[in-house]
Amino acid sequence: MLAQEKNALIYEIEALTKKLGSGRESLLPILQNIQRKFGYISDFALQEIARYLDIHPVEVYGVVSFYSHLSVEPKGKYIIRLCKTISCDLLGKEAIARTLEKELGLKFGETSKDKKYTLEYCNCIGMCDQGPAVLINEQVHTRLTPSKVVEILGKLK
Amino acid sequence: MEINKTRARIPISQHPHSVMKQDGGEIGAKVTIEINGKPYSAQLGTTILEACKMNNIHIPTLCYHEDLCLAGVCRICVVEIEGMRTLQASCTYPITNPLKLWTSSEKVRKARRHILDLLLSEHYGECYSCVRNNNCALQRLAKEYGVDFYRFGHITQPRYEIDRSSYSVVRDMNKCVLCKRCVRTCIDLQEVGVLEATRKGYSTLISTFMDKPLADVICINCGQCINRCPTGALHAKDPSDEVWESIDSPTKHVVVQIAPSIRASIGEEFGLPPGQSMTGQLVTALRMMGFDRVFDTDFAADLTIIEEGTELLLRLKRKILEGDNSVKLPQFTSCSPGWIKYIEHFYPEYLDYLSTCKSPQQMFGAVIKTFYANEYGLHPGDIVTVAVMPCSAKKFECNRPEMNSSGYKDIDYGLTTRELAQMIKEAGIYLPELPKNHFDKPFGDASGAGLIFGATGGVMEAALRTVFEIVTGREVPFKNLDIVPCRGMDGVRQSSIKLENVKPEWKFLEGIELKFLIAHGTANAKRVMEALKNGGLNDVHFVEIMGCPGGCIGGGGQPIPTSPEIRRKRAEAIYNEDAELPIRKSHENPHINYIYEKFLTDGPCGHLSHRLLHTHYIKRGKYIV
Amino acid sequence: MPIVNDTVFFDAKKHGEALEKAFLLTPQQIVMDVRDAGLKGRGGAGFPTGTKWMLALSANAENKFVVCNADEGEPGTFKDRVLLSEYTKLVFEGMVIAGYAIQAQQGIVYLRGEYSYLLNHLEAYLDKMRQENRLGNNILGSGFSFDIEIRLGSGAYVCGEETALIESLEGHRGEARNRPPFPVNTGYLGYPTIVNNVETFACAYIILSKGAEWFAKYGTEKSKGMKLISVSGDCRKPGVYEVPFGITIKELLELVGAERTKAVQVGGASGICIPMSEINRNISFEDVPTGGSVIIFNETRDMLGVLRNFMEFFVEESCGQCSPCRIGNKKLLEGVELIEQGKASYNYIRELISLGQSMQVASKCGLGQSSPNPFISILTHFKDEIMSYHNGENNGNK
Repeated sequence: MLAQEKNALIYEIEALTKKLGSGRESLLPILQNIQRKFGYISDFALQEIARYLDIHPVEVYGVVSFYSHLSVEPKGKYIIRLCKTISCDLLGKEAIARTLEKELGLKFGETSKDKKYTLEYCNCIGMCDQGPAVLINEQVHTRLTPSKVVEILGKLK
Repeated sequence: MEINKTRARIPISQHPHSVMKQDGGEIGAKVTIEINGKPYSAQLGTTILEACKMNNIHIPTLCYHEDLCLAGVCRICVVEIEGMRTLQASCTYPITNPLKLWTSSEKVRKARRHILDLLLSEHYGECYSCVRNNNCALQRLAKEYGVDFYRFGHITQPRYEIDRSSYSVVRDMNKCVLCKRCVRTCIDLQEVGVLEATRKGYSTLISTFMDKPLADVICINCGQCINRCPTGALHAKDPSDEVWESIDSPTKHVVVQIAPSIRASIGEEFGLPPGQSMTGQLVTALRMMGFDRVFDTDFAADLTIIEEGTELLLRLKRKILEGDNSVKLPQFTSCSPGWIKYIEHFYPEYLDYLSTCKSPQQMFGAVIKTFYANEYGLHPGDIVTVAVMPCSAKKFECNRPEMNSSGYKDIDYGLTTRELAQMIKEAGIYLPELPKNHFDKPFGDASGAGLIFGATGGVMEAALRTVFEIVTGREVPFKNLDIVPCRGMDGVRQSSIKLENVKPEWKFLEGIELKFLIAHGTANAKRVMEALKNGGLNDVHFVEIMGCPGGCIGGGGQPIPTSPEIRRKRAEAIYNEDAELPIRKSHENPHINYIYEKFLTDGPCGHLSHRLLHTHYIKRGKYIV
Repeated sequence: MPIVNDTVFFDAKKHGEALEKAFLLTPQQIVMDVRDAGLKGRGGAGFPTGTKWMLALSANAENKFVVCNADEGEPGTFKDRVLLSEYTKLVFEGMVIAGYAIQAQQGIVYLRGEYSYLLNHLEAYLDKMRQENRLGNNILGSGFSFDIEIRLGSGAYVCGEETALIESLEGHRGEARNRPPFPVNTGYLGYPTIVNNVETFACAYIILSKGAEWFAKYGTEKSKGMKLISVSGDCRKPGVYEVPFGITIKELLELVGAERTKAVQVGGASGICIPMSEINRNISFEDVPTGGSVIIFNETRDMLGVLRNFMEFFVEESCGQCSPCRIGNKKLLEGVELIEQGKASYNYIRELISLGQSMQVASKCGLGQSSPNPFISILTHFKDEIMSYHNGENNGNK
């Protein structure tokens, strides 16, 4: 990791602990912010966060690995999460899954080499009456059809 | 000195519900509970498990451990309580009102059996190829519940690679039952923070930071996790095959030393109750096994006291008499390799406070491969030094590259108490029935001071017996030389001895209150170091720290299980043996005087002893690459 | 059919203000009102809300917390999303009322990460409340101060369990705690804490606005008031419905336009599967309880596939700390796979059902205690269909 990147991280973590406090209860908000801003939580970031909160790095790792929206691996600019739970499944999740794989050239769980897309399954996102549904970063798309998927992907820059 | 408690990690709801003394009567309210149809009296606030224990009602447990905060995760200890739909984990359920409960109703037995079946279905490996065969909580439970087939199948392929990267601890997560005892040991008991649960669901795995090999993280090798692991998932790296090979080799001269604390514990491996000393029998057994010389580490402990005591006096002299403010005080002991690695990782900026003395094990190795080799006309390359220690960190210590004063490794192999017991059994020897024997000359005789190294506070007591006498010419002012403030199991203890009517050469110490402090377990060490950081130890002169709770008698290489009671009994055995010995002060050990006359002729902390008996430390830091 | 056509319940415009009314009462009176109304927790467990608040009110502490459980993760549930986005006032002011009732100073909304797109709206609404002095210092001149903070989840279903939620708030892995002590005594940061579902707070608002007696008119003997139901699956009109407790499943199916129905999963993945032979059962804490999820399967659906989907969900979403849930769900899923291949004898299935029953009583938290529900109910009700599998194919009997 370049020194500039490290400095940027330290700067960010310091600002976050100032804003949110350095108690353990600030851990998740800090992690969420770092995840959003940097796309992942590097092992350097894990250790720096641990240092600022005075907890063990392995505890931070234990937390990050527990929550599916946090990641120690770099994720794409667009994280595409297709709901695989029952209601979306009944409404044709399979066809959407195949379309996504085909269009992105990715399998589920993979991130594109240019770090633009990450394709993942997720569990119920509460759009059961409007499935199949997909969460792209923090944007939700519902009532998907293969052609709608192509259209949505086309708009991602 | 103010020692602050750091904030507890575990939520209050998972703290152990301490059992108050039944006759203590502070919050004395008692309540009658009905267990299996019979009334019993229980103290309010105790857990169901504790109440049952007091009344001799057996409830099986797995994740529960007396030393650790409560988890309530294995669910083996569930009981049925009247009026509740679900079963409750007895280890965590506090009695706050009259209860009616059953400890082995149909529902309970069925659930326990199912849980066992589930754990067994995921437990990879066979009992007969496991180091914990016959001493495994899971195996014991399977027998207790009559498991005779794998109801839900059995895993046929290992899920995880075994981590053998560490010199001390081997992690085989295929045998892990996720009881989190190791996590609670590492994070809460020792506050080292190497192991934690990671991931979730079926993928949950006890792991290290970023799943790195144990050798690459900040593990201090204390092995406390091994002592508390219910299965064979964590065990020490065993060099006994190599040791046998050396014994069997006609060209090798194999020298073994045994640490003070193992004589008080090894009997447990042979079914004896804790606290039975086995010194003489051990010597016999080691000779029968084929070791060429059997020495007592207590001798090296005496040597350590001379060196470390002298070092302390020199520091005091430079600071007080010469006004040299670069001298660091208090001086910290350096016998415990777990503690050494802890300070190297967590407080690298304070390494100058550490005594530069090697641990007794390493001093002994250096003396054997130099002085002893010379005396007996042996080439150090032909000598194999084996150390039997209560410790897993000693395995790492003897592999430190700087520990080779003779040009060869000071110590070749470190064995734990458990591994030695295994080797004794392999040799077809039943230890308790052996006749007693004496250690070999010239390092066979040791003082009681060297012996008490095995318990927390022992190094301090031994050092004080010598230092006080050097300075004042009188014995320490305690009955039978028992320096009581040094003893006991409180996490941090502090006291002082006033130096009065000192000898002329120590005039600068006249009237000084020699303050000392003792801590055991790295969680307490952390408290002491934080106090040092905050200037709270400015008036303290000498600090003893042991990495393991209870000191060496609670070491990571000791027989399993461990508990406060077991550790107390082992310590008792050591103090009793000390009281019986003719020589109880290190400086009165004639062999120590001999070695300074014949070999280390420029005296304690002299040039040669610095080369052979002292070491330096590495600023490791916490950052994991 | 006991359907209330004008949905008076959750429409704030049709109610009088509740907050103003609340401050005319003492905290004890509010707690009594909530208790008299017979309100039970809307998350599904159905613990009496009044009792919970009473315990928290009587707890002596310098700090107390009101936590709104908006970690709506149960498959098939989305009514909290609708409440939060369209009936925000009821939820937030319900929290203020709860805060006043238990004498807390701080409220926290634990919003699931998947709903982070609601954050802007919710924050804006809180700002509006602060400007109108309905939140913050000395609310409406009552002398009572209370503020609400929104915290996000990060994608873990188990955090909907109240003690796991508190663990998560405290920055830990979302692993359920041992109980007792209960959160009303020892909750967030060790302080007395009430954790209530989004809908429960909205109900509290309605009770304060319309009165306990009015509220208790709806529903059944032990399940008072109206319930929001998220309906999805095979029907013409999926969505959120407001129905009185006691409505039969048959009535509900008619209401949402379900045809050729084969089975109804009530309560989400952790709920139970109701076959057509039992559709006269009703939705209530006495009969079929639910946090609000109803998923409808028509005759073309393969029930083993449905079950597999549920079990895969639990294998992933168990927190993994206790052995019955961590390994048990895996064994149930493996059982489903064996059945698909036609390799599971009915004896083995019975053994797995028995395992499920042990999980129901021995697991540490509600997740593991309810995850065997679909397994047990589907395998019990669709025995013939299940037994007809061979090499991954169903040989008739669907």
